Amino acid sequence: MEDITQELTILVAKTLKVSPDQLRPEADLVTDLGADSLAVVELMMALEERLGVRIDDEEAEGLRTFGDALSLVRAKLAA
Amino acid sequence: MPGAAVLGTGFAVPEHEITNHDLEARLETSDEWIVSRTGIRTRRTLDGSDLATSDLAVAAARMALARAGVEASSLDLVMVATCSGDYPMPSTACLVQAALEARRAAAFDLNAACSGFIYGLVLADHALASGTVNRVLLIGADALTRHVDWEDRTTAILFGDGAGAVVLGRGDGLLGTHLGADGRRAGDLLIPAGGSRHPIDEETIAARRHKITMNGPEVFRAAVEAMADALATACVRAGARPADLRWVFAHQANARILRGVADRLDVTLAGFRMNVDRYGNTGAASIPIALAEADMAGHLVPGDLIGLTAAGAGLTWGAAILRWSRGTA
Repeated sequence: MEDITQELTILVAKTLKVSPDQLRPEADLVTDLGADSLAVVELMMALEERLGVRIDDEEAEGLRTFGDALSLVRAKLAA
Repeated sequence: MPGAAVLGTGFAVPEHEITNHDLEARLETSDEWIVSRTGIRTRRTLDGSDLATSDLAVAAARMALARAGVEASSLDLVMVATCSGDYPMPSTACLVQAALEARRAAAFDLNAACSGFIYGLVLADHALASGTVNRVLLIGADALTRHVDWEDRTTAILFGDGAGAVVLGRGDGLLGTHLGADGRRAGDLLIPAGGSRHPIDEETIAARRHKITMNGPEVFRAAVEAMADALATACVRAGARPADLRWVFAHQANARILRGVADRLDVTLAGFRMNVDRYGNTGAASIPIALAEADMAGHLVPGDLIGLTAAGAGLTWGAAILRWSRGTA
């Protein structure tokens, strides 16, 4: 699990152009990390490509925080 | 395999310009919001004029014919890729054929939305390879601002009008191509009323169903995936790698889509031609406009390997790889 957290942190920081320090689990993708609607889509695509998981639009719409993204990817990889 | 070669290029855009700052006065939006999400700074539009798609198509065609040194009277085929022609009937290609006095030419429109120019190029390549035609005029032309809802800030900011044209003769042909569609996604980018499903009446106008509707995030993701994957497939068929392409002419819908395409192909954006900042999304015209601008700037050198890729309403997508050369007129 530690490896995924680290990999996700690097990936999200790069996609949203934020510092890894800002990526606390409760950080809101939009209000805290400055993601616009397209950035959330870009993040989903980056996660899919790097981790080989498929994220539906319904699932993507439910993401609010960095922690949500972590949980979703963990669940996907465990499935 | 013999097929199409480009003999000349041309383009036309309306004079009237609407900048992001102009839109700030009409919509709840800002230059910064539009630029950060789309890369678009300004666009040209037929808004306020009595011109139509065929006027832009004819102007682009005249330039391409002149640059090719080809007489309109020698054309065998006039193909216009458009989803916003002058009339539901007849085709815009027939209006262009008349204006150019290309009396020998057969003429028809092709609707694959923003992928239309590449669909047309592949069809023209086959037609030229078959030997049944010698000269083809292929135009991508759209006037999508005639169909935008100027009160919808999510779509009004995106589109511009224009036309790009190529005169094609026989040459080395396309090295690799790929066309595709997924009609299950038809609702993602749609003009609901004005066709045989919902003819325009007071009710459809009141509901603004005669205007472009778009599921933005869905289309964004589909466009990145389709454009990147189509180009990758065309490259394989051409025996090339995306990194081998000197230039990529990708449909100009959104600068962030282009960045996503480059990322997915694992190439830099340096070879991607960009004009979305100046023209917005000009539909089927965007690739031939970019091609004509590159040609006129002297940026296309014979021998350059170039890739074209597009995705659009339908959904449709297509890509083609060619080696730039001047065919025989």
